[in-house]
Amino acid sequence: MNIRFSGFGGQGVVLAGVIYGRAATIEGKNALQTQSYGSASRGGASKSDVIISDEQIYELEFTTPDVLIAMSQEAYTIYAQQLKEQCIVIVEKDLVRTEGVKIYSIPATRIAEGLGQKIMANIVMLGFMSALVSEVQPQIVSKDAVCKAIYESVPKGTGDKNIQAFEEGYKLGMFNLKLQSTKS
Amino acid sequence: MKLSKVYRDYLHRFSNKTLFMQGDIACAYGALYGGCNFLAGYPITPASEIGEQLALELPKIGGYAIQMEDEIASIAAVIGAVWSGARAMTATSGPGFSLMQENIGYAIMTETPCVIVNVQRSGPSTGQATKPAQGDVMQARWGTHGDHEIIALSPSSVQECLQLTIECFNLAETYRHPVILLMDGEVGHMREKIVMPDPDKIELTGRRLAKPGELMFGGQLIPPMTEFGAGSFVHVTGSTHKDNGMRDVETQKVHDKLIRRMYEKIDKNRDKLIRVEKDYMEEAKVAVVSYGATARPAKGAVIQARKEGKRIDFLRLIGIWPFLCRVWRRNSS
Repeated sequence: MNIRFSGFGGQGVVLAGVIYGRAATIEGKNALQTQSYGSASRGGASKSDVIISDEQIYELEFTTPDVLIAMSQEAYTIYAQQLKEQCIVIVEKDLVRTEGVKIYSIPATRIAEGLGQKIMANIVMLGFMSALVSEVQPQIVSKDAVCKAIYESVPKGTGDKNIQAFEEGYKLGMFNLKLQSTKS
Repeated sequence: MKLSKVYRDYLHRFSNKTLFMQGDIACAYGALYGGCNFLAGYPITPASEIGEQLALELPKIGGYAIQMEDEIASIAAVIGAVWSGARAMTATSGPGFSLMQENIGYAIMTETPCVIVNVQRSGPSTGQATKPAQGDVMQARWGTHGDHEIIALSPSSVQECLQLTIECFNLAETYRHPVILLMDGEVGHMREKIVMPDPDKIELTGRRLAKPGELMFGGQLIPPMTEFGAGSFVHVTGSTHKDNGMRDVETQKVHDKLIRRMYEKIDKNRDKLIRVEKDYMEEAKVAVVSYGATARPAKGAVIQARKEGKRIDFLRLIGIWPFLCRVWRRNSS
């Protein structure tokens, strides 16, 4: 499974990829995370790609993701080209306009702000995504593994707060799935 | 030789653990498992994480990490530290590696065992700082002037970043020669699964110190050395020197003898230094030869091609220098 987290520098898209890759490793899967970013510490396009597989991973990069998360308009414009039909696309509602394409749009930054830390928008996103992925591929990475990976990856003392952000995103993801199933 | 007790006690926390780690960080831990106790460096993308991690870890176990004013000073400090008894390294990328070339020559000429990590990035010059590249292979071989040999290894996974860094330290001591770890920005910055070794099981090659009266720059293929302050007098110079280390910049025979010995200490051990990963190298007429990060997708492509019934071999260079010319001829006949 190929997952791409994208946005601008400073939004934590690299960390989100690292956490999910680490979670896959905790699950005993093979995971490979690469990143590409500009030379500025904030701003500029940034992406973090994660490949998860039961097999040995040879390819270091992919062209078409199975899941795309775009947290900025620029990232969406670049990476939403030529997507697979089944690709799950999730965008930051307040920052990305998508003009009618069917995707998931969530106000991750606003939710994080509501929890007191705007900087945790990436973790809210991660929670939302984890919920959706667990629906498509339930065996890939468990919620517990992601939570464990969050504790291992975020600064000491911020674990609980980040888990809260993850849970908020996860809940919203589950709610969206339920909504879908009632519609169909 | 085993790792010191302080190092073993510290590294036990990682023993046999499966972690999700970045290549640069694995290199830094490889240095600790390799007994490194001194780092001098100057930050540069994509190698900064190595120095950062060692700056965090080394002081906890009695080691030193210094940020120097530039890369020339970094390698100079490394050479000085080694002659004071340290197991020392520096980590940089292409632009810094270019700056280091003069003193890499000095390390070769003074037979100073040290490790130079080059996490290659796009160039020439500052190039595209955050983009990976593999363009320094020839610079590693011939970047510094004059007739010389070099040892260079190239990892293609995070696990290998750790393993090969340990080996670099051992090879440096075995051959009393600088050893280059040629990583690339892709391997350095990617994260994947790594199984950390048990520090008790690590075998280190120690430094061979001269007995009183023993020659330190000749008399045998790989002479022993000393530490400044250990009691014996030694003269260390980048100029041509006799077996006892004293300069001789006039006599052609002295230069010839020195350069030939330094060449032979690598050349006579070529078979030990050449390291490859061979897959399927039996009957095919076409082989994909690769190294570093690109060896991964290259191998994936070969596996795919063989599934489709094509006879293609795969050869990955782990030891980049000395080059595997002999193995290569045998297989391409």
